[in-house]
Amino acid sequence: MMRKLADIGLNEMQVEMADLASRFCTEKSPIEQVRALLNDKQGYSESVWSEIVALGLTGIAVSSEFGGSGLGLAEVAPVVEHMGRTLMAGPYSDTILAAHIINSVASEDQKQSYLPQICAGRTCALGLSEPHGDWGLGKITTQASPSKSGYVLSGEKRLVSFADAADFILVTVVQDGVPALVILDRKDIPGAALRRENIIDETVRSYSLNLNGLTINTDALMVSTHMPDALNALHLAANLLNAAVMVGGTKAVLDLTIDYANTRIQFGRPIGAYQAVKHPLVDAWIGYEKARALLYSAAHSFSTEAEIAVRMARVKAETAFAFAADRAIQFHGATGFTHDCDAGLYRRRALYCASRYGDAAYQKHKLANLLFS
Amino acid sequence: MTKPTKQELKEYTADADAWFSEHTPRDVGFMLPLTFMEVGTDQQFDFLRAWQRKQYEAGYLGAHWPKEYGGGGLHPKFQAVASTVMQKHNVPITLNAIGTNWAGPLLLDIGSEAHKKKYIKGILSAEDIWCQGFSEPDNGSDLGGLKLRAERDGNNYILNGSKIWTTLGAHAKYMILLARSDPDPKSKYAGMSFILTPMDAPGISTKKIKKITGEHGFTQTFFENANIPADGLVGAEGQGWRVAMQLLEYERGARAGQAGGIIMQTPDAFAIVDLARSAIRDGKPAIDDPVLRDKLVDFIIEIHAQNLNQIRAKIPGLNSEHPAGLMLMNKLVFSEQAREISQFAMTLLGENSAWYVDETNAPDGGLWARSYLNAFSATIGGGTSEIQHNILAEHVLGLPKDNIRVDA
Ligand SMILES: Cc1cc2nc3c(=O)[nH]c(=O)nc-3n(C[C@H](O)[C@H](O)[C@H](O)COP(=O)(O)OP(=O)(O)OC[C@H]3O[C@@H](n4cnc5c(N)ncnc54)[C@H](O)[C@@H]3O)c2cc1C
Repeated sequence: MMRKLADIGLNEMQVEMADLASRFCTEKSPIEQVRALLNDKQGYSESVWSEIVALGLTGIAVSSEFGGSGLGLAEVAPVVEHMGRTLMAGPYSDTILAAHIINSVASEDQKQSYLPQICAGRTCALGLSEPHGDWGLGKITTQASPSKSGYVLSGEKRLVSFADAADFILVTVVQDGVPALVILDRKDIPGAALRRENIIDETVRSYSLNLNGLTINTDALMVSTHMPDALNALHLAANLLNAAVMVGGTKAVLDLTIDYANTRIQFGRPIGAYQAVKHPLVDAWIGYEKARALLYSAAHSFSTEAEIAVRMARVKAETAFAFAADRAIQFHGATGFTHDCDAGLYRRRALYCASRYGDAAYQKHKLANLLFS
Repeated sequence: MTKPTKQELKEYTADADAWFSEHTPRDVGFMLPLTFMEVGTDQQFDFLRAWQRKQYEAGYLGAHWPKEYGGGGLHPKFQAVASTVMQKHNVPITLNAIGTNWAGPLLLDIGSEAHKKKYIKGILSAEDIWCQGFSEPDNGSDLGGLKLRAERDGNNYILNGSKIWTTLGAHAKYMILLARSDPDPKSKYAGMSFILTPMDAPGISTKKIKKITGEHGFTQTFFENANIPADGLVGAEGQGWRVAMQLLEYERGARAGQAGGIIMQTPDAFAIVDLARSAIRDGKPAIDDPVLRDKLVDFIIEIHAQNLNQIRAKIPGLNSEHPAGLMLMNKLVFSEQAREISQFAMTLLGENSAWYVDETNAPDGGLWARSYLNAFSATIGGGTSEIQHNILAEHVLGLPKDNIRVDA
């Protein structure tokens, strides 16, 4: 039997965001800039970040009472998609996600103290992954135990993006047997607690965070009766934005390869004339268009029937990006094998994205349970 | 013609929705084809012909075609809405698709007044079934090399040669024929003519060809000194290739004007979920097997994505950067998916996949075996999947043309 799956649509704000982000990212993140930042310690440009803030992009999904524009992740998706296209890296997605969960679980006081700061450009890194490597956000071993002045933490977080330069770091903990969040001020974390990780995507700065012995005040702890649901929602939101990055990347790497196929001459003809090259490129493009359809369906329905739509988008975005970037290397020949070829930047990005928040196989397992139960 | 108001469209949509809720046939008791190229039995043919007539009479086919020729005379937005509603209800396909969606719009665009008066109404009502005489035994993908000879003789053409794989050839009243009117053209694509041909003309005969499924569906069509009126010529004599390429644009959805309706049904991935539930492996339902689940989810995602692509093609800000691309890819994507799904269904059936149509032991009357074999009709007919890849690469992605193939 046919089953009703999520619909697709686009609102005017999404169009506006897409136009704005497309212009902004193309201008601010040309490939030379991406390459220049590969060796930069911070990994993103402070001045570009200020412009992102000035454009109001950090507050898109924050309600107006805290200084945001009161839209949602549906409007963030096109922004992140265009960042993905241009390989623009930085704390944007994680900061958006942090605001998202703070808004759903924090106390009124906590919201008042953090959300306006985030809208105003303070960045927040996310410490969700742990050494066990389980993608489910509910599996937390980091502990927050009562101490004299508040709590003392124990445990380790991994793959904390742009943590060193962040203003805040939001980490998941278990407190009194239930999941909770702790928001850390970067200034309170000793330098030795952060170790830069060597990761496959050289555009991203990633850190392990040793939390053992760190003490926090009570007001840094966020507890909520619906924390498990909020963590699930965060997981979906992270997957939505990750899918958007990947959809953007797919388009860019495809364009790169089509360009090369039209200009590289072998046997007297552009290599794109050969079916062994042109047919896989068509397949890569079809994959991209399908992934994009699923992404905008997920964004469109995010506030209502998100889970199936988001997971589907995540699956297709990963497989489409992987295929397009993999073929990009092959169709550049030995040039594709070099560190100087941009195909490698995309393939590494694709692998990194695939590693985050549950890969395609993991998502499909969840989807099977949702669809066949 | 004035643009309809939002309110008018809303009411029209509600009416169409109500009509298709009430009249869309469900569980007809035999397998309905996904495309007209699959039509194999008289039962299917009769059923689909009646279904087309019913939709036409209700005003949902050719709603925007001119009234004086048999259309509904409404603004094109109305038919677009009706077709979307039909898609939503997953209605059976339009049998006379060669007429409604290819020949019809072509005639309305470049046919003579007499053509429009004579043919349009019968196309819409399925009173007159149309077939297409393009492919020949020696020229399929490389259509430009066709040989069927059309010799001008006063007000007539004398036709000699043969066409093959003529879908509905045994039922058709008219054929859109691409023939060589100049036996010694300056170039490969010159000297062809596009002629509307009455199938009952003396000298035209058809021979049924048995399909891989064991049924009949298409014919070889022979022309032996067949004498037909020259007023069936569309476009100028010798300009047939250009006309044929225009026709292919309607066929591929790259040009608008079709009567609407559904010409290719979306494969239903959830149908094989039911199969996976009932199939047993080592005492357990197959649907509990993680590998099979993974594969089933893939099918559902792929098909849902392409359904969404069809919807977003109509939403300006969401369409592809290559505006015609999403429609152009449809045929390739859906036909290959239908083939893969039915192939997978066969593996799910396990031992039961050995039974064929009409075997009493066969689950669902052997539907899946026939579906799989039939699926090749759409991966080959209407331009093979390989040729579709070329078209998409060249017309959508802007890659260089094949050395060997020159078209459009
Ligand atoms: C069910 C069905 C219904 C049909 N109905 C009609 C109809 O009503 N009217 C009509 O005129 N025709 C009809 N056809 C014919 C159809 O259009 C042709 O079969 C099709 O164009 C392919 O031609 P061919 O069969 O001669 O195969 P060929 O062209 O000989 O191709 C054989 C194989 O070679 C591949 N190939 C050929 N050229 C290239 C290339 N340049 N690059 C890569 N691969 C290539 C093909 O993809 C295919 O796999 C129908 C076919 C089928 C199966």
